[in-house]
Amino acid sequence: MFRVELGKSFHRWRTWLLAVVLGAVPALIVVALVLNPPPPGAGGDFISLATRNGLFAPLAALAVVQPFLLPLTAGLLSGDAIAGEASAGTLRYLLVRPVRRSAFVLGKYAAIVVLLCSAVGIIVAVGLLAGGLTFGLGEVPTLSGSTLSLGEAFLRLLGAGLYAVAGVAGLAAVGLFISSLTESGPGATVATVAVAIIGQILGALSSLEFLHPYLLNTYWLAFFELFRSPVSFDLMGQGLTVFAAYAAIFLGLALTVMSRRDVLS
Amino acid sequence: MSAALVARGLTKTYGGVAAVDGLDLSVEPGTLYGFLGPNGAGKTTTIRIMLGLIHASAGEVEVLGEPVTPGKGVAALRRVGALVEEPAFWRYLSGRKNLEYFARAAGPADDRRARLGRLDEALDVVGLGEAADKKIKAYSQGMRQRLGIARALLGAPEVLLLDEPTNGLDPQGIAEMRALLRRLADGGTTVFVSSHLLAEVEVACDVVGVLARGRLVAEGPPSNLRPAGDRLRVTVDDPVRARKVLADVEGVIVAADPAPGDDAGDLPAAPLHLTLTRPARAAAVNATLVGAGLAVSELTPEHERLEDVFLDLVGDDHVPR
Repeated sequence: MFRVELGKSFHRWRTWLLAVVLGAVPALIVVALVLNPPPPGAGGDFISLATRNGLFAPLAALAVVQPFLLPLTAGLLSGDAIAGEASAGTLRYLLVRPVRRSAFVLGKYAAIVVLLCSAVGIIVAVGLLAGGLTFGLGEVPTLSGSTLSLGEAFLRLLGAGLYAVAGVAGLAAVGLFISSLTESGPGATVATVAVAIIGQILGALSSLEFLHPYLLNTYWLAFFELFRSPVSFDLMGQGLTVFAAYAAIFLGLALTVMSRRDVLS
Repeated sequence: MSAALVARGLTKTYGGVAAVDGLDLSVEPGTLYGFLGPNGAGKTTTIRIMLGLIHASAGEVEVLGEPVTPGKGVAALRRVGALVEEPAFWRYLSGRKNLEYFARAAGPADDRRARLGRLDEALDVVGLGEAADKKIKAYSQGMRQRLGIARALLGAPEVLLLDEPTNGLDPQGIAEMRALLRRLADGGTTVFVSSHLLAEVEVACDVVGVLARGRLVAEGPPSNLRPAGDRLRVTVDDPVRARKVLADVEGVIVAADPAPGDDAGDLPAAPLHLTLTRPARAAAVNATLVGAGLAVSELTPEHERLEDVFLDLVGDDHVPR
């Protein structure tokens, strides 16, 4: 089911459109920096740092896509996953093949996670390429002032990418659950993106601080920590725990809904 | 040999209303079974329960001897080909790719390989060889229906469950479909085909089951579904006297004249419609009329069409409570 799902997605315009849009983000950041360079000595954020070392371009791009474009991608892929098959009628034909309902849900989720990996991979690859060609790659200054060797920096970049995938995979589990409840793919997608946006609104309200440890988006940008010296894994550790909890709970719910459901579509 | 399909006390209620109501059914292997009933009789619900798509409220179903429970892996379903309402496909893929992905979606490796190996053959059987590489978007309804049959045949199934397979087909397509199903059944495949159209079922099926309001109200070979008692059309020179004569014959009921009038005698050619039940027979009716001095110019048996039986069976008065 997983391989079929993945194979199918490469025949869809949607997949390639997403790839192009996501790949355009780091390219646009680099172009913007070339056209309008930040004043020397300006702030220590990834975007300004990118002009000093191309390796920061992919990180800057990740920071840009993480709050909205990646959740949108996760919403598109997961919201459509079950609801889209139900409304097309292909769900019933898969289930009588017979694909076990659990295999159907898990195969869908695995394919979504792989596609999210590819999405982040494209962002990182285009960022590295554009940033590296434009600004060069070299020893990487950390946010704390020390420097990292290029090899070490690549490793941490990979870690940052995987962390970003984990964060958005938690949201994709929520989307898959929503998708199991409806026959409207677009509806489930909108609902999933809404969950991400509401999470960020809640995260911005300091009076709701007691909620913040339980929100996905509280931890989404914690991969910054990898570029401090020494690296503090506290926030990222908590983040991975919360991501895993979301994934487990909402996948469990999606599996329960699917196993009890009467497939009438 | 045990039955290919079994339903025992099968019941499915939606919000207190029974769509299927204590259905008992048993289909022998190699039978072409016509599952007949008006829309809303519960045909699709029954088929969906047999395929593990819907949970039964009560009762059970077995396919090829294996109980079917939704959500559980029912290995026997691998030996079943199905068409459930409209044939549905991934619109952005070609017909061939669709079949390929359905073949690869589950099952042991050798089962998948066998299906992929039968791909071209299945497309040829339904006459889609040339259109196989077009995207589904470009398919007509009839082509989708054919592709749906090809998908159902891909696993060389022992049982075919087809819900309204002739929808969207033109008359020639319907005739081909009927021939195909007959051929498959003759080859040993159990074919369970639902329809609300009688003409399709009457001609081809070995056994017909008539479903009304979720219950089986009649079952048997199509010929046996005809009502007991023959109908006879009789034309005589003096129908008024013929009525009097026949009124005394046991087992003969003469239908009332649709428009009895004073001038009935002026229309000597108006035929009488008789219903004969035992012991009356057509030859005896003829002898009686002739014996009474009447000139019989026509005596023709009238076959009641299956359609009338069907309507009688599914009509309100005939539904067992």
